[in-house]
Amino acid sequence: MAVAINGLSLGAIYALIALGYTMVYGIAKMLNFAHGDVIMVGAYIIYTMCMFTWNIGSMPIWLSSLISFVVAMAVCTCLGIVIEKVAYKPLRGASPLAALITAIGVSYLLQGIAQLIWGADQRTISILDRLGTVNLGSYVIKWSAIITVVVGAIIMVCLVMFIKKTRTGRAMLAVSEDKGAAQMMGVNVNAIVSITFAIGSGLATFASMFYLPITSVSPTLGAMPGIKAFAAAVIGGIGSIPGAMLGGVLLGVVEVVCNSISAVASYTTAIEFALLIIILLVRPIGLLGKKRRIKV
Amino acid sequence: MALLEVKDLQVFYGVIQALKGISFEVSQGEIVTLIGANGAGKTTTMQTVIGLIQPKAGSIIYNEKDITKMPSHKIVASGISQVPEGRRIFQELSVYDNLMLGAYLQKDQKKIKDDIENVFDQFPILGERRTQIAGTLSGGEQQMLAMSRALMAHPTLLMMDEPSMGLSPLLVSQVFDIIKDMNSKGITILLVEQNAEKALKIADRAYVLETGAITASGTGAELASSPEIRKAYLGG
Ligand SMILES: Nc1ncnc2c1ncn2[C@@H]1O[C@H](COP(=O)(O)OP(=O)(O)OP(=O)(O)O)[C@@H](O)[C@H]1O
Ligand SMILES: [Mg+2]
Repeated sequence: MAVAINGLSLGAIYALIALGYTMVYGIAKMLNFAHGDVIMVGAYIIYTMCMFTWNIGSMPIWLSSLISFVVAMAVCTCLGIVIEKVAYKPLRGASPLAALITAIGVSYLLQGIAQLIWGADQRTISILDRLGTVNLGSYVIKWSAIITVVVGAIIMVCLVMFIKKTRTGRAMLAVSEDKGAAQMMGVNVNAIVSITFAIGSGLATFASMFYLPITSVSPTLGAMPGIKAFAAAVIGGIGSIPGAMLGGVLLGVVEVVCNSISAVASYTTAIEFALLIIILLVRPIGLLGKKRRIKV
Repeated sequence: MALLEVKDLQVFYGVIQALKGISFEVSQGEIVTLIGANGAGKTTTMQTVIGLIQPKAGSIIYNEKDITKMPSHKIVASGISQVPEGRRIFQELSVYDNLMLGAYLQKDQKKIKDDIENVFDQFPILGERRTQIAGTLSGGEQQMLAMSRALMAHPTLLMMDEPSMGLSPLLVSQVFDIIKDMNSKGITILLVEQNAEKALKIADRAYVLETGAITASGTGAELASSPEIRKAYLGG
């Protein structure tokens, strides 16, 4: 039971990050390898804001934490938009390799800046884990894990509704399928790409918040969840939104289950990536990936 | 003053020059057709007018405004729509979503609803398949959808790139009837067609495009009776 909740909770975190990779890939056709570092920036902002606001006498901790989170979300959303405008937009139409290398560059840049501002040492902060645990029958479960699963699920449902039912969501799907045809409908592709980066970075801030109870804050915080979530997006089929969710949850559950079995615990990461390779060998487009028709 | 006035338009793909300085115009209410062999530059012309391709030189004046450097979404907002070559409907989206995307820049929700109902009245098959993924429609149905989608934007000028491509003779006739009908309702039409015979028949005026340059122009009837045109495009 605890393993299941923890697995789902880690899975929800991976899924939230994977959504960022997959949406940006679907719409801008590029792999944004700096995405993991946005989570790191989010974590630092939450950390710094909490350190600051918790000392403001009369404010309850939940409120100051919430404010910290909202500020982090605003910063990360802007960061996502700025990264796209400054680093990626000039390269649209250039070779995918150029964009990929730029993304890796941005990733190191963000890590470097974080190290300059906050230093290299690891810090810990407890926000969601202050809520403690709950006993369900004979199981002890962390509230933070339950909140992650529930809020993660709500966010994903909202995202799917947004994309399916709104004018902007429809435009995102249109751009993802055929950018030129979308432009002929009057869709402003630059605006849609910006919105996509904003949403991806906003989701990443949730991941930051949910990831804090199980990690310490350091400039490389984003690297591991970033690469795992990228693997999750590929497992699910890069470009596919349900795929990112499925891949994220699958990988999270596998990771927690492997970690709970002492005989295989030290091979967990290897097992996860073996899973990635096996799935890609059997189904190169990922579990829910779509075969794109060849355009004439 | 013409509705659309293209002057000395030059377009390059890398070092290859696809349009070598073409000029033509389309007046309000006309059907103008552009005929030419494969690779002549017909699609390039339309894509450039709607802002998907940036010309190297020349100008595009629409409604007395210079739209040469305007981004495509502003061009569409000013009243130009396109039925693109190969239809390019959104295969993974439903029929309904395709129509909604056609109305992307329309503001009046009630009017959008009415427009969609009108489409379903005109093409009941699209109504039956409103929730179906558009990629599963037949070629003819996809063409009806592509035309309806373009009409959702209430264009002043509609550019159609080979709308009869790949359709059975019966459907080709239907497509041409629809074009005439749209024109009689006041939509100005720029038409590119493989089927030069039929295109010249419904066109008020026509231009012949050969490897990036306009080599002849006149009324539809004039071109249809010219021996050279008959030989090159009408099979003798
Ligand atoms: N994306 C592109 N990159 C390079 N060259 C291109 C591109 N698109 C078109 N061309 C070239 O530009 C020229 C004009 O092409 P265009 O598609 O405009 O012709 P067309 O008249 O529409 O032909 P068709 O009747 O086959 O549709 C052709 O020589 C074509 O090979
Ligand atoms: Mg063409």
